Amino acid sequence: MAIYTIEKNERICEAAEIYRLTFKAPDITAKASAGQIIHIVCGGDANSLRRPISICECDGDSVIICFEVRGAGTRELAARGAGDTIDVIGPYGKGFPILSGKVALVGGGIGIYPLISAAKAVKAAGGEPVALLGFRNKELMNMTDTFDNYCDKVMIATDDGSYGHHGFVTAILEQYLDENPDASVFVCGPRGMMAAVSKISLEKGNECYVSMEERMGCGVGACLACVCKTQFVGNEGKGEKYTRVCVDGPVFNAKEVIWE
Amino acid sequence: MIKELDLSVKIAGVEFKNPIVTASGTCGFGEEYKEFYHPSFLGAIAVKGLTPAPKAGNPPPRIAEVPSGMLNSIGLQNPGVDKFIEVELPRLKNEGATVIANIAGSTVEDYCYMAERLDVTNVDMLEMNISCPNVKEGGVAFGTDPKMVEEITSAVRAKTTKPLIVKLSPNVTDITATARAAERAGADALSLINTLLGMKIDIKTRRPILHNNVGGMSGEAVFPIAVRMVWQVRNAVSLPIIGMGGIATADQAIEMMLAGADAIAVGACMFKNPSAPVEILEGIKKYMTDNGIEKVTQITGGVIPW
Ligand SMILES: Cc1cc2nc3c(=O)[nH]c(=O)nc-3n(C[C@H](O)[C@H](O)[C@H](O)COP(=O)(O)OP(=O)(O)OC[C@H]3O[C@@H](n4cnc5c(N)ncnc54)[C@H](O)[C@@H]3O)c2cc1C
Ligand SMILES: Cc1cc2nc3c(=O)[nH]c(=O)nc-3n(C[C@H](O)[C@H](O)[C@H](O)COP(=O)(O)O)c2cc1C
Ligand code: FES
Repeated sequence: MAIYTIEKNERICEAAEIYRLTFKAPDITAKASAGQIIHIVCGGDANSLRRPISICECDGDSVIICFEVRGAGTRELAARGAGDTIDVIGPYGKGFPILSGKVALVGGGIGIYPLISAAKAVKAAGGEPVALLGFRNKELMNMTDTFDNYCDKVMIATDDGSYGHHGFVTAILEQYLDENPDASVFVCGPRGMMAAVSKISLEKGNECYVSMEERMGCGVGACLACVCKTQFVGNEGKGEKYTRVCVDGPVFNAKEVIWE
Repeated sequence: MIKELDLSVKIAGVEFKNPIVTASGTCGFGEEYKEFYHPSFLGAIAVKGLTPAPKAGNPPPRIAEVPSGMLNSIGLQNPGVDKFIEVELPRLKNEGATVIANIAGSTVEDYCYMAERLDVTNVDMLEMNISCPNVKEGGVAFGTDPKMVEEITSAVRAKTTKPLIVKLSPNVTDITATARAAERAGADALSLINTLLGMKIDIKTRRPILHNNVGGMSGEAVFPIAVRMVWQVRNAVSLPIIGMGGIATADQAIEMMLAGADAIAVGACMFKNPSAPVEILEGIKKYMTDNGIEKVTQITGGVIPW
């Protein structure tokens, strides 16, 4: 656990309260891998539990996170500025595999941020990351320029057709996978979208990794609050169990996840 | 000047090197918090509630934040008592930890079975969780009815010579009644409080946050209730007490001891401050030094009521 100093906290979207916060934390950047999580004490009315946030990117000694204001905790966080401090534990969890082939990064809403670190890692490993991002409308698009930096191609879908493909990102994913049958898929976003992307990918025979979201307590694997249902194959045969998202995830092979 | 502080406490014949325990269900089996403190640093560790067979637990969401506290409905997810005896217990004992096995059953037979299994191990103490509000089959019924508390404690008492702690539920009108029942039935110590039953509803979806609808409340908000109950129980029985419920700071730990606790347990507050056990012990040492207290046991029961 440590207290870090915020270097920058800027709003990056006019239409929504989305912030990009940078803080200096060499001990975190030295350990972090793509898709891992940190847990932040936000303070104010959010005074009992830390808030889990994905690492968006490590830039030298600095950690960058992006978050949307959803409630008391993220509102507190939005109010911080350069020079203020932030109480963070992490990084924790199993992130995305570092693949060197073609990878479709499918994201929606606040789920797009961990995909940035994944894009960077895949690119650095000699892979070909392609981003497929879904937004409700053109005004809510954010961080697409960062995806541009690390991805071979960025494709956008908007629900209302105000930019890019009119409709869900799953439609452009199907087309991409038909053209690139050897690609793997990383997905993070709303639950329904992740379930749909998993289904499409697995049916087409593509590897798929999902970054799960669940309410958390300790963040370190001790309290068993953050579970999702997974299937396993063990000595005694096949079964289902509840698995911790905070340390056994957040990234799971889509084959393991039971959506219900 | 005090040369050396004596931080050790004795609970039912078991020596704790200091009065800090981590509460069952909040510290797993001691592995996860090693980055912040080693299980052997603690006076004792109370492991996650055990059941006779492995238990899957409740569907998520299992946790909700409430003002100055939280609700949980984990539903006793655990690997089962046999796996604990085979894997976790030997590891913890090897690491030098003082281990309290927390057992939670649905029937009297469940408790007796686990007590018999654990009796022949090197576990230090047993803690009967008769107050977990999450198990529909009977957890609440056991813990809230003094007659049932007496019956189940006697039954388990007959199965083990290990020091036996009975963990009391706060979801009762008179906690001294269940405390006395446990004492009559041969308990060696009491721990309190377990969680208070609570509920939180999302007003947009009209759904409870917890999939189980209701859950156990803990964290700082429950602290004054826990202090009051420890004080009442202290005045009603002569058994040693492990006091818990909302302790987050050394001042609160000392307050709990003044109310009558021989040792204290830290639970939900570790989720926000995983170093809390270490900081609390440091704070207790400072309080002792500042106030010329040589033995930590001198704090216990030191409240001067009006
Ligand atoms: C693995 C993981 C990674 C995440 N990464 C990001 C990210 O990079 N950027 C981002 O903007 N958000 C991310 N989130 C979601 C973020 O944690 C929540 O939006 C945030 O906790 C809301 O807190 P609040 O106090 O503002 O809202 P409140 O609704 O007031 O929070 C109340 C409680 O509910 C919990 N909670 C509320 N919404 C969620 C949620 N969607 N997921 C988990 N817990 C929730 C809070 O943590 C808190 O304990 C992530 C969540 C998880 C589980
Ligand atoms: C996530 C969580 C899980 C818990 N699981 C158990 C359990 O398995 N057995 C038990 O006796 N108590 C359990 N408890 C209760 C605690 O041990 C403790 O009695 C209670 O939380 C009050 O202390 P606190 O306010 O410091 O958390 C649990 C509490 C929490 C927060
Ligand atoms: S949040 Fe406690 S185990 Fe995952």
